[in-house]
Amino acid sequence: MATRKKAAVPPPPPPPPRTLFEKIWDSHVVHRQDDGTCVIYIDRHLVHEVTSPQAFEGLRMAHRPVRRPEATIALADHNTPTTDLSQGIPDEESRIQVETLEKNVAEFGVPYFGLQDPRRGIVHVTGPEQGFTLPGTTIVCGDSHTSTHGAFGALAFGIGTSEVEHVLATQTLIQKPAKNMRVAVEGNLPLGVTPKDVILAIIAKLGTAGGTGYVIEYAGRVIRDMTMEGRMTVCNMSIEAGARAGLIAPDETTFQYLFGRPNAPKGGAWDLALGQWRRLPSDKGAHFDTHIELNGSDIPPMVTWGTSPQDALPITDVVPDPANAPDEARREAWTRSLAYMGLTPGTKLVDVPIDRVFIGSCTNGRIEDLRAAAEIVKGHKVASTVSAMVVPGSGLVKAEAEKEGLDKIFLEAGFEWRIQGCSMCLAMNADRLEPGQRCASTSNRNFEGRQGRGGRTHLLSPAMAAAAAIRGTLADVRDFQ
Amino acid sequence: MEKFTTLRGVAAPMPMVNIDTDMIIPKNFLKTIKRTGLKDGLFNELRWTADGQKKDFVLDQPAYQNAKIIVAGPNFGCGSSREHAPWALLDFGIRCVISESFADIFYNNCFKNGILPIKVPKEIIDKLMDDASRGSNAVIEVDLEKQEIKGPDGGTVHFDIDPFRKHCLLNGLDDIGLTMEKKPEIDDFEARQKESQPWLYAAE
Repeated sequence: MATRKKAAVPPPPPPPPRTLFEKIWDSHVVHRQDDGTCVIYIDRHLVHEVTSPQAFEGLRMAHRPVRRPEATIALADHNTPTTDLSQGIPDEESRIQVETLEKNVAEFGVPYFGLQDPRRGIVHVTGPEQGFTLPGTTIVCGDSHTSTHGAFGALAFGIGTSEVEHVLATQTLIQKPAKNMRVAVEGNLPLGVTPKDVILAIIAKLGTAGGTGYVIEYAGRVIRDMTMEGRMTVCNMSIEAGARAGLIAPDETTFQYLFGRPNAPKGGAWDLALGQWRRLPSDKGAHFDTHIELNGSDIPPMVTWGTSPQDALPITDVVPDPANAPDEARREAWTRSLAYMGLTPGTKLVDVPIDRVFIGSCTNGRIEDLRAAAEIVKGHKVASTVSAMVVPGSGLVKAEAEKEGLDKIFLEAGFEWRIQGCSMCLAMNADRLEPGQRCASTSNRNFEGRQGRGGRTHLLSPAMAAAAAIRGTLADVRDFQ
Repeated sequence: MEKFTTLRGVAAPMPMVNIDTDMIIPKNFLKTIKRTGLKDGLFNELRWTADGQKKDFVLDQPAYQNAKIIVAGPNFGCGSSREHAPWALLDFGIRCVISESFADIFYNNCFKNGILPIKVPKEIIDKLMDDASRGSNAVIEVDLEKQEIKGPDGGTVHFDIDPFRKHCLLNGLDDIGLTMEKKPEIDDFEARQKESQPWLYAAE
């Protein structure tokens, strides 16, 4: 009888299939309110000088300590000079901001990579390099490009300064779960097409607000074939499509990158971690609210022409005509963009002359980016009308590039070889465009004034930026291969 | 944080799409270590020429100099996470932004600073944009408790808002204080995580 009774109990239903995002979310819920608002635990926190002073001040005023200093890394990247660090920071406001960070990390016991530390870099380059970024974790930073870390299968997103303070004090955030979007890029990328072109093509398709409210999981053969550097470039610009976070399922490429990094698990812990990380990818049949598909074989080298990252076109195209805009709002936006950019409809993009080239940033300041640019640059000279610079994403990237002789290739071609930092991606330090100057830039935003008041930005890949530097105009990298 | 209950004020029209946070407050104003005093930075490059001449931007026109509300084009606040954007709006006196849509980080940052971002459909924005264009006669009333916007001609529209965010704004609640009450649960979480993922605690 007892046996029969036992047999009559139906087996528990299999757990519903979940997305990678849902698995990370579920495993970080500390408290869930009836309305779905959650307190979620934050495993890792990156802190930089621009968005943290008011947060530390808030802690001080409320007499609150930092809950887990060791779950935090602080460094200065936005304001730091890229020419010479031996004299400190000449700009007074920038210096005060960095000194304030130094004072705060000392007072609150937060680990800090100082100005001269070779590990110092752009937060989103340093975190992964140190193995601080790990699969299945939650990572935040007072910086919208925190989405970069999603390349490791970590839920990573940018927050404001009030939330920086919230994380410092409680190691948690109050959040509601996002919706799930799957962007699949199948096929193979043609020669000359890089992860930057892929993400620009995705943003052009989705629009700058298409990802609002979503976490985007990138999938498909093209993404799986990418290196970690390439995946970081893709996830980095998720925010440019409006998505706070991008995600890529961790796989052997991820594990290989992480193995042996300073903050990655070691020995038995590594095996334990691997076992958990392998269970992270989205389950078969998991529900995505939105699906987008692109064929990688159809993606050409891309460049932006306007003042929104969604204004991206194949390099073989022409400056668009507002008369052909799909709606009135976009007609107005295009007209405004063209006036700001100083461009005439119908002009071939390859005929647009440039004044400056910037290779660097958290989007494209990693070793592979510099290798790709150097490969195009080798044996050529920067056009006489162009001023070009390379700013490595971290001190370790800089050292590796110098070991490989990439600095020599750039210097011989007429590029400047700079010290690591955010530099002209947002032009908070001395590196900026003059009004009217036009720049081929590997960074992430082409907003009005982003690289300097009145400056005109064209976003493209490192290889395309190198080609533009040589030709003196926007150029098709395939002509150089 | 200052409570938000009701607001009555002039609304400035900004129909442009994708007003990004670089536009709301350019990077040269981010070097501050304070939250206050940012109103000069607000829309700086739209308000002043490079040599310091006023450009007659909407917030500098006599009718809108005391605006408390902005009626904006879609995707307001996209781009950088800088909380300096809501700080600058607040410092100028803006307590409410009404748009068809907002970028996530900016939207979230508003609530931390007692600013109410209101999402309404395009047809309502079109009407409010029209109202706002009437200059200093464009007085709009916002009642958060009732979730209503009353236009200058007396017409009332309803808006939706997350009940928890509404509760926090109405009462001026401090998020950190609320979360601090969950300390035992955070302690438990950490103890469990330390057991299952000890490598996340290796440095401690």
